[in-house]
Amino acid sequence: MSDQVQISCRNVWKVFGPDPAGFMKRHGGQPTTEALASEGYIGAVQDVSFDVGAGEILIVMGLSGSGKSTLIRCITRLNDPTTGEIDFEGNNILTAKPKELIELRRHKMGMVFQNFGLLPHRSVLSNVAFPLEIQGIDRRERNKRAKEMIELVGLGGREDYFPRELSGGQQQRVGIARSLAVEPDVWFLDEPFSALDPLIRTEMQDEFIRLQQLLKKTIVFITHDFEEATRLADRIGIMKDGRLVQLSTPEQMVLHPANDYVAEFARNAPRDRIISVKAIMEPAAQNTPTDHPVTGTDRIGAAAERVLTADHPVLVIDHEGLPVGQVDRHAMTKALFGAV
Amino acid sequence: MDIAHTTDEARPWSGRALLALPLWQFFVVIAGGILLTTLWEGFARWPDDLVIPMKEWITRFFEWLGKEAAIGSYSFKDFTRAISDLLSYPLEWTEALLYRGIKPLGLPPIPWVAVVLGTAILGHWIGGWRLALFVGASMLYLSIFGLWKDSMRTLSIVLVAVPIAAAIGLFLGIRVTRSKRAAAIITPMFDLMQATPHMAYLVPVVVLFGFGQVPAMLATVIFAMPPMARCAILGIQTVPQDVIESGRMSGCTPRQLLWKVQLPTSKKTLMLGLNQVVMQTLAMVVIASLVGASGLGQKLLFSLQQLRLGAAVEQGLAIVLIAVVLDRLTQAYAYRETIHYSATTSFFQRHKHLLLFLFILIVTFIAANFHKELAILPKKMTFTLGREIDFAVREFSKNAYDYIGPVRDFITVSILLPIRDFYLWLPWPVLVGCIAVAGYRLGGFPVMTLTASLMLAIMLFGFWEPAMLTIYLVFSAVVICILIGVPIGVLASRSERIAKVTMTICDTLQTFPSFIYLIPVIMLFKVGDLSNIIAILAYATVPAVRYTYLGLKRVPEVLKEAAIANGCTPRQKFWKVEMPFAIPEIMLGVNQTIMMALAMTAITALIGSRDLGQEIYRALPTADTGRGLLAGLGIAAIGIIADRLISAWATKKKKNLGIE
Ligand SMILES: Nc1ncnc2c1ncn2[C@@H]1O[C@H](COP(=O)(O)OP(=O)(O)OP(=O)(O)O)[C@@H](O)[C@H]1O
Ligand SMILES: [Mg+2]
Repeated sequence: MSDQVQISCRNVWKVFGPDPAGFMKRHGGQPTTEALASEGYIGAVQDVSFDVGAGEILIVMGLSGSGKSTLIRCITRLNDPTTGEIDFEGNNILTAKPKELIELRRHKMGMVFQNFGLLPHRSVLSNVAFPLEIQGIDRRERNKRAKEMIELVGLGGREDYFPRELSGGQQQRVGIARSLAVEPDVWFLDEPFSALDPLIRTEMQDEFIRLQQLLKKTIVFITHDFEEATRLADRIGIMKDGRLVQLSTPEQMVLHPANDYVAEFARNAPRDRIISVKAIMEPAAQNTPTDHPVTGTDRIGAAAERVLTADHPVLVIDHEGLPVGQVDRHAMTKALFGAV
Repeated sequence: MDIAHTTDEARPWSGRALLALPLWQFFVVIAGGILLTTLWEGFARWPDDLVIPMKEWITRFFEWLGKEAAIGSYSFKDFTRAISDLLSYPLEWTEALLYRGIKPLGLPPIPWVAVVLGTAILGHWIGGWRLALFVGASMLYLSIFGLWKDSMRTLSIVLVAVPIAAAIGLFLGIRVTRSKRAAAIITPMFDLMQATPHMAYLVPVVVLFGFGQVPAMLATVIFAMPPMARCAILGIQTVPQDVIESGRMSGCTPRQLLWKVQLPTSKKTLMLGLNQVVMQTLAMVVIASLVGASGLGQKLLFSLQQLRLGAAVEQGLAIVLIAVVLDRLTQAYAYRETIHYSATTSFFQRHKHLLLFLFILIVTFIAANFHKELAILPKKMTFTLGREIDFAVREFSKNAYDYIGPVRDFITVSILLPIRDFYLWLPWPVLVGCIAVAGYRLGGFPVMTLTASLMLAIMLFGFWEPAMLTIYLVFSAVVICILIGVPIGVLASRSERIAKVTMTICDTLQTFPSFIYLIPVIMLFKVGDLSNIIAILAYATVPAVRYTYLGLKRVPEVLKEAAIANGCTPRQKFWKVEMPFAIPEIMLGVNQTIMMALAMTAITALIGSRDLGQEIYRALPTADTGRGLLAGLGIAAIGIIADRLISAWATKKKKNLGIE
């Protein structure tokens, strides 16, 4: 992850109703929940600010109706935010003209949809080549690129099939190939796997991780599934009633949930695979034994056996083998099972 | 929804529900209306000298348009002539190809053998062997029974009118989805157009464009266009959100989105629109024989007028077959899935249908040069059962008419005529008042004003009597339609097997152009009010059956099971649970039946009546646009009144039942 900011949202509001702009003006840009309710407006996204770094995977979570899709759709300008500012690679996209927006979508953004959004009348090949066709790239070139993408997602040999002849997982692979065909900088995925059954879903997550290791894109990803989020995310943002209630690494979220709502999300998380040893260690004492130390960046699951079977605190070292702290049985139990 | 509520809600047709309507308002209106007639004659019968001479105005306006209107040096006449010329080109070419031959080049038309086989190949390509066999055999019938030229005449107009109507419809449909303002103008226009019977379109067209093939085609295009627009709107608006957004995210411009995403995705709906355009076109072309369009329709009209029933049956069958062929082909095409070929499939394999057709075309073309009978079957090689059918009908009439005649006369004299006299007696304040009260109770102020003022307009423009006769015919027929249709629908909903047969029959009946239904009616009942009603019955019963069936089918399983669990006998379950639930749907079927019945009254004018249909029919030869157009709009107005009242009622009822 680099420090370069890819997307930056400042005080973004998206209000649905008869006259959102007038409504926002009347309330000085900061309507209260009561004002929204009493005037019959829906605050789908409320005062959301955050940055996405280049190459980062940001996962957005929240209950149904919490505004996740609306937020992503504001960034892609499928919806126009009511107020606020969104910069994409340093350019304000809210003032972008339709033409610029189309250019942006043609070259910089790719999106995968929950229900795939494939064109039923086109073959796999022609679906994947569609974004290229739209740009006016000639047939041979676009088919070549599309074929590569189809190979990449593992659908080689099915180029001539139609969407209805494919399983759900295969259809979503087509959706993924299509979104990647233009080699976008940022990849948006709105619950890409939630229409698939659980087995296929895991398979597709692995596929996704494989692709990301290959491509290293900036990703904004929506999911309902916290476990999925922890497998994939650099950072997780949790939304509630249109507001972003916490944005942090999975580890922080598990260790220090901002409120009960977030804690509820994190409750069933596989803590052993999320929390690192570093996060629960304390400064090393002088007399800590130095045999069989554990590494700070390891997840606690990997270090658990060593720590729990030792009758003394275990030394924590960094990659160079230098001691950075120690961890004892008590801290390990607490971290593994939560604050009991 | 909970069961107790439904059963309690109970039978809308029972006394209790009727009492829920404030009947007293109706009583007041009826009593008041009758009282008024004692005060002033005009309340019983609107005086002729108070009629607004809208008829004359419109007639004069169209005469002016046709003769004098001009912008600069271009008269309106030049404009209509330009349109005629423009339309006549493609028509002449199609006619040349199908039956005339290209005279200057000395080329014969496409040989009938090639057309028959070509249609069969098309059928196979779209729908497999069964379809191929059916369409091939149907086309063969046209040739063998010596109806080839007339069929090709009719088909030429269809083939040219369909693409034009479809293109205009598509364009307008797209406009509606793109602009609120266009929607506000176009949508109500379509509503009106759809309620106006075919024949009413013919009058202004005749005035502006004269008689013949081209005016017929023009009327056809105007008439057949709305369904395409409707389907385009529906199709575009129902493209899944995900698909549209994926298109937008791919970087589509609005135009690309329309042509590459929205329209192709709604192919099925668009094709069904095309199917309707084709069917409407055919129905209209047949009727357009009244304005001199030659072809099957005209032959059928002559046969009917001369009571040559044998010929009429053969021509009618030809029309029916063409209708069914066109319907099956377009429907099958709509539901056809694109198939993918593997990369190894040869060019030959991929295009086998087209290649085969081209081959047949060339071979028959060459062969037709030596054997003329391959081009068009000479008369002596054709076949007819006309005389036999005539004989059979005469024999049948001779024997059966002794029975049918008296029955007909009895029904007419002792039932129909009293009802008719009642409608004619009905003072207008009573009817208008009742419509207003019903409108207000069901749909509030807007529905009341619309329905009542439409009825008033009919009177003020001087169409009260023919309108009342129309209402009498339509409503007598509709009552019988319901008495026949609803039980059949109920029966169909009880058994899958019956349902399948019934629905197939319904589908087929609905593809027949309305004109056709006159043939058996004239054969059996000759002319008169009863014949009119029976023709309407034959045409308009289908929706009553269909909607009853669908309504009952849609009753949720849980509801039925709960009824059984509550200890309902089958009879109780049906009357207390299923029927109340299905009633709104059934009423929409009744609505549809009324619309079709109204459309049919315009056709039954051909076998004599005194209603609005007859007004249109009479206006045709005299080119009395005002009379014809207003009478047509009068029929539309009656349709709209019925539609608004029934829809308002059904909506209310559905809401009460918690459906949708
Ligand atoms: N076009 C719209 N008009 C009105 N309200 C809308 C519209 N789109 C979304 N909303 C409302 O905005 C809120 C947020 O919706 P959104 O689709 O962003 O939720 P979500 O978090 O994506 O939910 P889900 O998990 O179900 O996809 C919801 O209350 C929804 O009803
Ligand atoms: Mg969503």
